[in-house]
Amino acid sequence: MTEATLDKLKILAAAAKYDVSCSSSGTVRRSDGNGVGNTVGGVGICHSFAADGRCISLLKVMLTNYCMLDCAYCVNRRSNDIPRATLSVSEVVDITMEFYRRNYIEGLFLSSGVVRNPDYTMERLVRIAKDLREVHRFNGYIHLKSIPGASRELINEAGRYADRMSVNIEIPTEERLKYLAPEKNHESIFLPMKYVRQGVLENKEDKRHLRHVPRFVPAGQSTQMIVGASDDTDRDILRASSMLYGMPTMRRVYYSGYVSVNDYDPRLPAMKQPPLVRENRLYQADWLMRFYQFKAEEIADADNPNLDLDVDPKLGWALRHPEVFPVDVNRAPYEMLLRVPGVGVRSATLIVNARKFRQLTSWHLKKIGVVLKRAQYFITCGELTARTVADTSPEYVRSRLVPKSRATKDNPLQMTFDFNS
Amino acid sequence: MVYYRFDGTFDGLLTAVFQAFERHETPDRLLAPDGIVPLFYDVLHEVETDGEKARRVWLKLGKTLSRASLSGLTTAFLTDNPEFPDMAFRYICRAVTSDGSIENDFSDPAVLSVLKECRRVRGEAHRLLQFVRFQKAADGTYFAMVEPLFDVLPMAVSHFCDRFNDQRFILYDRARDYGYYYDGEEVRRMSIDTDSSYMNTGRLTDEMMDADERLFQRLWRTYFKATAIQQRMNPRKQRQDMPERYWKYLTEMNGCD
Repeated sequence: MTEATLDKLKILAAAAKYDVSCSSSGTVRRSDGNGVGNTVGGVGICHSFAADGRCISLLKVMLTNYCMLDCAYCVNRRSNDIPRATLSVSEVVDITMEFYRRNYIEGLFLSSGVVRNPDYTMERLVRIAKDLREVHRFNGYIHLKSIPGASRELINEAGRYADRMSVNIEIPTEERLKYLAPEKNHESIFLPMKYVRQGVLENKEDKRHLRHVPRFVPAGQSTQMIVGASDDTDRDILRASSMLYGMPTMRRVYYSGYVSVNDYDPRLPAMKQPPLVRENRLYQADWLMRFYQFKAEEIADADNPNLDLDVDPKLGWALRHPEVFPVDVNRAPYEMLLRVPGVGVRSATLIVNARKFRQLTSWHLKKIGVVLKRAQYFITCGELTARTVADTSPEYVRSRLVPKSRATKDNPLQMTFDFNS
Repeated sequence: MVYYRFDGTFDGLLTAVFQAFERHETPDRLLAPDGIVPLFYDVLHEVETDGEKARRVWLKLGKTLSRASLSGLTTAFLTDNPEFPDMAFRYICRAVTSDGSIENDFSDPAVLSVLKECRRVRGEAHRLLQFVRFQKAADGTYFAMVEPLFDVLPMAVSHFCDRFNDQRFILYDRARDYGYYYDGEEVRRMSIDTDSSYMNTGRLTDEMMDADERLFQRLWRTYFKATAIQQRMNPRKQRQDMPERYWKYLTEMNGCD
């Protein structure tokens, strides 16, 4: 461990930073008494926040940024003339262990450029995970990338050491993926996903019959799509996510606003700034699908294939469907409360509990944490006399909620969202 | 107006409830020991904390509230909100007198306030898990200093004992001047009584540090900088999720390489 390591870490952390996933959630494991580490589950633990506001939970690093592929959107493509480096197995292991013991990180997120062939690369990733688990008795979180094209045996071995595995789709439609990344296709990406899924399901089955079954990717899989590198619509993206969430082990789909790293490539759009607002809207839509019982088709349909950047997707849906409002907060089922703009999962739960005790008024709703500024147009609660969307029109409500002065382009950097869980 | 004043302890709060029933009174307010006494009042009763009375109220509470709510109440009690003892008083009074469970009546400000304060305190305890930074000392002990808003060290220490069960460490609360020492087997409460500079800065001096400590701090700072994407800088979000009051003891926000 020397000065040289410092430079390598700098290069390889910068090479890995465009991968958004960093969560340490999905599995609870107490310390086993011999060795170091545990995992906490829940939303995981974010140990720090970088200057770009993104959380740092895992040591996210590439083993090497040499790569034999030439994907248009990737900073590490072989035709780029950038500093390249490779960390040794012991370097990755040492840095992980020392960072972990100082409470800097929850564990390791290891990825790699493809060198020589997929199996060779995958094997080296597995070596590190195995070393951490078996030699250093590391019981913290490990997230491994599956290398597209790696063999089933290697993926299965990786699954015994990793908590989560992922392979990025990057582009939601196959034809555009082939256009931007000629060496990839959907099959090469979905195959490793399938191996992991089968591994998890077999593992589950084994647990039913056998007493001691080694764990297998207990925190499931995740994946990522780039937003704005191709001309896919939000509808394409959300339909792809919805299909992915249909897979039994898929826990998270991440969206990564394309940062223009290869602006010389004519296949890519010229962009001064990453599309942060669009990315934020996609995350909100993702939340609607995972926690609010919305379907992809409801959020972005054939008539509105792209999300409205001025209003969040839930408000957008409500404005397109004035016929279901106003909702009576004292009677409506939980699922309907979730659809009211300004009511979240937390406040909907509180409402359902509290209304058993008494008739709720807007005063109660405010105390509970409902955002009345938005909700007032979509609810009735006995005394409330605001003009709802049913009395007026979606256009009127929209004009009240989106100030004319606020153009979306004003300050896209101010949008915030959570990368966790 | 009837005012009660208690000594600020949880037992004192429970005793106040007991005495309200004993004296057949409904106090308008429960005052904290340093609370300002209003100019005009009919009765100002000083509650004398009594372990036995507190125990009886607690037992009764155990019959009407779920375990989760009981632990929520004691957790919320750690808050620094001056209004809270009064809210907790109403909450307990209502809980011990009503027939059914009231813990889910979120239209009652007292119930809501227990929920909210509990969330604040747990949030602070969670931030300890996030932002504690250990430094390795020459003798192999890991040392970390923190200054949480509330007294939440006891809530977090078991997590660290489980996670770092094979390493000796000290986790020290500078604001309340006590900490925990874990020797690899057992954990015990302790205070450090010295004026050394490391107690003020939270940073070990060069002589106290393990030989490799400085290198790993540099590696961490290097990583911290390299992982940020220049095109999407967002210092506001960074501050939101990592409040500035923690920066003092964060390795990545201090020291230059």
